[in-house]
Amino acid sequence: MNLRYIVPLIAVILLFLISYLGAQVSGLQYLLGVVVPYLAIITFVLGFAYRVINWSRSPVPFSIPTTGGQQKSLPWIQHSKFDSPANGWQIVVRMALEIFTFRSLFRNTRMKLTQGGRLSYQLEIFLWVGALAFHYAFLVVLIRHLRFFTEPVPFFVQLVENVDSFFRVEIIYPAFKFGVPGVYLSGFVLLAAVSYLFFRRLFVRQVKYISIASDYFPLFLIFGIALSGILMRYFAKIDVTAAKELTLGLITFRPNIPEGVSAIFFVHVFLVSIFIAYFPFSKLMHLGGVFLSPTRNMPTDTRARRHVNPWNYPVPVHTYDEYEDEFREKMVEVGLPVEKMPEPAAAKTPASEPEQAEEKE
Amino acid sequence: MKSKALIVTGVVIFFLIVLFPFWYMRGKAAPVPEVELTPKAKAAQKCVRSTEYMKAEHMQLLDVWRDAVVREGKRIYVNPEGKEFNMSLSNTCLDCHSNKAEFCDRCHNYASVRPYCWSCHIENPKEKS
Repeated sequence: MNLRYIVPLIAVILLFLISYLGAQVSGLQYLLGVVVPYLAIITFVLGFAYRVINWSRSPVPFSIPTTGGQQKSLPWIQHSKFDSPANGWQIVVRMALEIFTFRSLFRNTRMKLTQGGRLSYQLEIFLWVGALAFHYAFLVVLIRHLRFFTEPVPFFVQLVENVDSFFRVEIIYPAFKFGVPGVYLSGFVLLAAVSYLFFRRLFVRQVKYISIASDYFPLFLIFGIALSGILMRYFAKIDVTAAKELTLGLITFRPNIPEGVSAIFFVHVFLVSIFIAYFPFSKLMHLGGVFLSPTRNMPTDTRARRHVNPWNYPVPVHTYDEYEDEFREKMVEVGLPVEKMPEPAAAKTPASEPEQAEEKE
Repeated sequence: MKSKALIVTGVVIFFLIVLFPFWYMRGKAAPVPEVELTPKAKAAQKCVRSTEYMKAEHMQLLDVWRDAVVREGKRIYVNPEGKEFNMSLSNTCLDCHSNKAEFCDRCHNYASVRPYCWSCHIENPKEKS
C-alpha cells in the first residue's frame, strides 16, 4: 500500500460517487450539468492565462538550451541544425519535432551493466510509444467530441470520426453485445495508454520512487473519464440527442437540462469539469510549458552571442583599460608590459612592442 | 519584450482553438431535432420496445436482428410483452416509420452519426417497389 496513489484513487472514486449520487437529485443535475462546467471553463481560461503570463515574466538568467548535437561552429564542422539550433527557424523546427513527436522521450536510454562488467546504454522507447499513443488518442477524442458542441458538425470532425471508426468490430452474444454504434479506436487506445502510464509508475521502481499524488491523480481522472465515456457509448447507452441538447445549451449560453439524461453522463461531465478546472494548477500545464521551456526554445549560440542575465544590476567595475589608463606611466617606468604605449614613450622601447603583441594574441 | 509579445500571441491562439465551439456557434440556438411520427406509427402507439429503450439501443437491436436473420434464419422477435414481430428493417421498422428523412435522419444528422444501414437498404421500400 502506498498513500501516494491510494489517496488520489480515493479522491477520484469520491468524485465519481458525488456526481453519480448527485445526478439522481433533479436540483443537483443543474449544478452538475451547468454550473460546474461553466465554472470549470472559467477557471481553465483564467488559470491558464495566469500561469503562462506569469512564466513570461520570469527572467532567464542563463542560456541553458540542451544540446543534442554539434553546435554551429567553423564552416567545415557539420552543424546539427535541429539538435543544436542556432537561429529562429531552426528552433521552430526543433520545437515542432519536440511537440509533435516527443523526441526527447525517444532519446530515453537505460543504463545497464553487462555480464562482462561493461556499461551499456539501451534504447528504451516504451515511454515514448506510450506517450505518443496517449496524447494522440486524447487529441482524437477531443476533436471527436466537437460533434456535441457544434451544429452543424464541421467537416474535419466528421473526417476524424470516419477514420477513427475505420475498424468495424461487432461482437454479438446474448450476454455480451459490443460494437454498435461503431467502435472508435481512440477511446480504447487512450484507456490502454493511460493504464500503461499508470502501471509504469507502479512497477518501475525508479519511477515509483519519484511519483507523487499529483502524478497519479490526473491518470486516475483520465482513466475515469475514458471509462465513463466508453461505458455510456457502448454498454450503458444514453440518449445522445438529449446529451447534445445539454452540451449545445452550454455552448450557446442557453443552459437547460433535458429529460432523459442518465446519471453516467453527469459523471462524465463532472469528471471532465474537474479535469479542466484542475488543469492550470497541475503538471498538466506542460501543455503550455513545453512552449516556454528554455532548454528547448533557446538558441545554442552561447559561443557566438553573449547572454546577459537580466538580473544583473549595475556593478561599479574598473576595467583593465581604465586601470592601465590610470597607471600607464608608472607601469612603463617599472618595465611592466602595457597594451597601449603612451605617445612620448613609444619611441623609447620599439623593440619590445611586437613581442607584446604576440603575447596578447 | 519580443518574446512576451510572442507568448501573448500564442496564448490568444490557444484560446481561439480551445474555445472554438463558442465562436463557431456564436450563441445562436441550434434547434433540437424533433422526430415526426407517421399516422401509422402514432396509431401503433408503441414500438417493439419502450421509447427510452429504442432511443438508446435501437442500433444494437437492429444489429442483433440482422445477425439473427442472416446467420441463424430466425425471423420472429418476441418482445418482453410477448408480442411477436418480423425482424426486418424494411418491412417492420420502415413500415411504420416510412418517413426516413423526418424520423431517422434528423437525429442522425444532429448527432453526426452515419449508420451503414442505408448502404444496403433502400431508403423507403414502399416508394421504390
